[in-house]
Amino acid sequence: MSGSSTAQINHNEKKAFLVKTSSLKDVRTFCREVFEKLEIDPSLKDELVLAIAEAAQNIVKHAYKDKPDSNDIMVVEVSCMNNELKIAFYDRGTPVDPQKVKHRELDNVKPGGLGTFFIQEIMDAVEFKDGKKPWINHLVLTKQL
Amino acid sequence: MKYKVTEDNNVSTVFLNGEIDMEIADSVREVVFPLIDAGKEVHLNLKDVQYMDSSGISVIIESNQRAKTKNTKVELKEVSQPVEKVLAMARKFL
Repeated sequence: MSGSSTAQINHNEKKAFLVKTSSLKDVRTFCREVFEKLEIDPSLKDELVLAIAEAAQNIVKHAYKDKPDSNDIMVVEVSCMNNELKIAFYDRGTPVDPQKVKHRELDNVKPGGLGTFFIQEIMDAVEFKDGKKPWINHLVLTKQL
Repeated sequence: MKYKVTEDNNVSTVFLNGEIDMEIADSVREVVFPLIDAGKEVHLNLKDVQYMDSSGISVIIESNQRAKTKNTKVELKEVSQPVEKVLAMARKFL
């Protein structure tokens, strides 16, 4: 999916959220507010919010699959520099094996696994980095604006 | 989640609204699946749904599959623009 024009604003903002399904709406609200400040095209904004929400959902659903009652936080950081948008996620859940993070095959008509597909469709790059203490997982999504 | 269900012969129309994400998806299942299990043709009216993510798409896929086993069907009606965009991306899977 492609985006369109955006103002050239450099910005960095981050926020912590409890790793709960009930936080996903707050993640979306946070990102929408930041994208408003960045004057990102509304159409692209919707796609970016979807990608970010899917990544946050993956943390809740997969990294914390075995810790549903945890009160841990995850941090979402949105930064824009020279028209490159980076969205970083930090969590302390089960370590993610990047080799296992794949969307499912196109002929496999089953629910689930779509989130990763959406992220890959919308973003230019999806990168798992080494999580520096106290974090375990550090995911960075990049989009050229 | 607020919703409304109307009945017309064997067709149940479920009017959904708001944002359908992982937190809401189970509530949608709780509304839609019993209608399918009762053999109703289910229409999901999505005109007032402003956001849907993969969890919502999963509910649609599951509903379609469930309807097939009950010899009925699920149709999407008045799909809002934001949802249409997500469906367009997901269409390869539907």
